[in-house]
Amino acid sequence: MVMDFLKQLTNLLNKLFGKKKELRLGIYGHPNAGKTTLANRICQDWIGETMGTASKIPHETRTIQQKEKITVQSKKKKLTFNLIDTPGIATKIDYEDFLKKGLKKKEAQTRAKEATKGVVEAIKWLDNMDAVLVVLDATRDPYSQVNITIIGNLVARGIPLLVVANKIDLKKADIKKVEAAFPQYPVIGLSAEYGDNIEDFYDSLFKLMR
Amino acid sequence: MFTIQYVPRSQVQKLDSDSRVKRLLRIVKEEKIVLMEGKLKPEEETKLIEETMDMVDSKFKGVEVCTVTPQEKMSVFKKSLFELFFGDTRGMTIIGPASIVKEIRRDPNKIQLLMQNSIKRKRK
Repeated sequence: MVMDFLKQLTNLLNKLFGKKKELRLGIYGHPNAGKTTLANRICQDWIGETMGTASKIPHETRTIQQKEKITVQSKKKKLTFNLIDTPGIATKIDYEDFLKKGLKKKEAQTRAKEATKGVVEAIKWLDNMDAVLVVLDATRDPYSQVNITIIGNLVARGIPLLVVANKIDLKKADIKKVEAAFPQYPVIGLSAEYGDNIEDFYDSLFKLMR
Repeated sequence: MFTIQYVPRSQVQKLDSDSRVKRLLRIVKEEKIVLMEGKLKPEEETKLIEETMDMVDSKFKGVEVCTVTPQEKMSVFKKSLFELFFGDTRGMTIIGPASIVKEIRRDPNKIQLLMQNSIKRKRK
């Protein structure tokens, strides 16, 4: 409790009196929540290139990916930040799950090993973030321990967050359930793949990082 | 057949975060489901994930975790004061090996442990 308070105080003092540095916006969430698809959407919209490869096989992103100096504009406002796409956080990784997705045994084992390292790396990077987008698959149960752990750690570190309920283009998406799960935090629904509600998302980004 | 090991707060209260997490994971590695009184701190939860990832191999696939917080109307000041003196004994933490617990589902009113293969589902 005392440590949490000190961390929050340090963050606040750094924001008020610290050297002006480049803002870091992190993207966190479960594997396959759509983090890289969202990162690609933001990068395509503002710098005309992609961040990484999205895949239906979990743990496609296994190392931290970064794009520097992305400037988002809305009306007369401008916001510049470094965007950081992180590997999906999981509490279990079974290489046999990758076999079911069509990978060969050796590939699956390598992917699993790299994925475990990616999870650890993503957690270590939490301390470097100035704001975080917590990306959830809106078709799935939002009450997962990974979501709770990520949000709990951001709150303990005093890092502002925006819950992004992704995949709202899908029939099973339930943004109300996501809002009910995290009533204390701002929630925005979008489809990173098709760009649905992306303007509202950018407005929320300004509020998050002001 | 599976074993649930209850861990009262008193057993882990005096341990530092690292030792607490390692103690819990040691039980999980013995193929037991941990039911701990109280909750882990947020940084202990991430520590648990990091330690778990370091342990993952062809036999140990990881864990399923669920922390439960009771809904109560206590002011932040009272809550902080309570935690300062007694620790966070409210709520509980369930940690199971992924080889036994397939998934822990929760909503505000219930928790469901979905077990792997032939192990039957247990409701709490």
